[in-house]
Amino acid sequence: MTEVRVAGVGLTRFGSHPERTGRDLFAEAADRAFADAGVERDDVGELNYGNFMGALAEHQGHQAPLMAEAAAVRCPATRYESACASAGVAVREAVRTVRSGEADVVLAGGMERMTNLDTEGATEGLAIAADDLFEVRAGVTFPGAYALMARAYFEAHGGDREDLAHVASKNHENALPNEYAQFRTAVSVEEALDSPPVAEPLHLYDACPITDGASALVLVSEEYAAENDVDAPVAVTGTGQGTDRMALADRADLASTPAAADAATAAYDDAGVGPADVDVAEVHDCFTIAEVLAVESLGFAEPGEGIAAARDGLTTADGDLPVNLSGGLKAKGHPVGATGGSQIAELTRLLRGDHPNSEHVPDADVGVAHNAGGTVASAVVHVLEVAE
Amino acid sequence: MTDRNEGYDEWIDALSEGAGYALVCPEGHGSLPPRRVCPECGASPLSEEPLPETGTVETYTVVHVPSPRFADDAPYVTAVARFGPIRLTGIVRGVDGDLEGVGDGDPVEVGTAVEAGVGERETDDGRIVVLRPVET
Repeated sequence: MTEVRVAGVGLTRFGSHPERTGRDLFAEAADRAFADAGVERDDVGELNYGNFMGALAEHQGHQAPLMAEAAAVRCPATRYESACASAGVAVREAVRTVRSGEADVVLAGGMERMTNLDTEGATEGLAIAADDLFEVRAGVTFPGAYALMARAYFEAHGGDREDLAHVASKNHENALPNEYAQFRTAVSVEEALDSPPVAEPLHLYDACPITDGASALVLVSEEYAAENDVDAPVAVTGTGQGTDRMALADRADLASTPAAADAATAAYDDAGVGPADVDVAEVHDCFTIAEVLAVESLGFAEPGEGIAAARDGLTTADGDLPVNLSGGLKAKGHPVGATGGSQIAELTRLLRGDHPNSEHVPDADVGVAHNAGGTVASAVVHVLEVAE
Repeated sequence: MTDRNEGYDEWIDALSEGAGYALVCPEGHGSLPPRRVCPECGASPLSEEPLPETGTVETYTVVHVPSPRFADDAPYVTAVARFGPIRLTGIVRGVDGDLEGVGDGDPVEVGTAVEAGVGERETDDGRIVVLRPVET
């Protein structure tokens, strides 16, 4: 089985670009990825593209051929949809495609255009990731679903809003030097606590913003990189995916995310590493409580102890295991269908040493990316390692 | 064009008449319709078993930023409550539909006993599962 290398990564600035089309956003990310990779567009054998709500936001289905045009590649092109994990599954399939020998070069990533909708429209769009009959009709919004999990977590393990505010404050701090981040402003624990409620116990600063943006990765086989003199020092050594019952109410436990634990176990086994080997992680903190659940599912903290990871400094930039040095979804932004690709782009740069926050992880060899869909009914985990 | 959802509509009709049920497989796993097999273990047939008269709130949230269908309902309380072999997700309403005091001395807590029924959204009269606290 060939090893998969990350030859190049590209992002748009994440933020509010309500008038920019999806095709333009993805074209920019792809352009950057090709420039970073030094790979010819003609060599791309497949395009794996993630997008969640383009049919609602842009009245545009069938986006994969459109994005192949935007990136100027002519090859099999497929859109992947797994809610907020859309790009994660697109990348995972790209890894499997390169490993199988079906293609030496795959362009993978995603795009979401959201801020052209008003808040109600975006809230409605995001809510369709939940069970329409039994959750959305009962008033479950996307923040509401995570609020239900946060309350259940507090009941099961303790913890409070202040613990969550430490997650928000940490991730805003990490985003300050990131030129791609939506919010490059510090938020104190007190400011996070004082923000208005969205779905209690979650408040405004517990939530990621509504974001437009795109991500693109050029993934190549180890052999292609060697033959074409492509500088690709970071390898994707592990991939895993998990699925849970769609509706939160149908899960065995409301305060944990076993789909992510399943994905992590598979990815660690695939890579031949364990949680103790991980030096840096990008996790799916669509809400502050989601980072807590991710840290536990990835094996960085025992159940019930993830709540203290940011407050106690385990996951801060100077901690033993920095989490979301990019700023995370929380501060960097969350263009839903692009997020899974952007996490791997950030992690690649952190491991290569050319990220503005690389100074915090100078000796990092192993990174993990955790991307979740819905209330983690879908989860994808990737392990990245420095290969050269 | 139809708004009907076979299986679900019969289920919520029954709930509105005080005859709510869960689908239960031979192994005892509960689920909600429409189902052909048990989503936990794949077993069949599934029998319709009456829901217990009261359930217990396991978690809840006070939603302040609603989707358009709930624009006139916010703030409102959504809760997940255990009823025997299943959990239900519903909107919490007082005995008289009053939401007074929501978010400040909440009308429910984790552990509150509730009964399940059907009500209407204020925004568009759509039917919703309603959970009402009961004296225990």
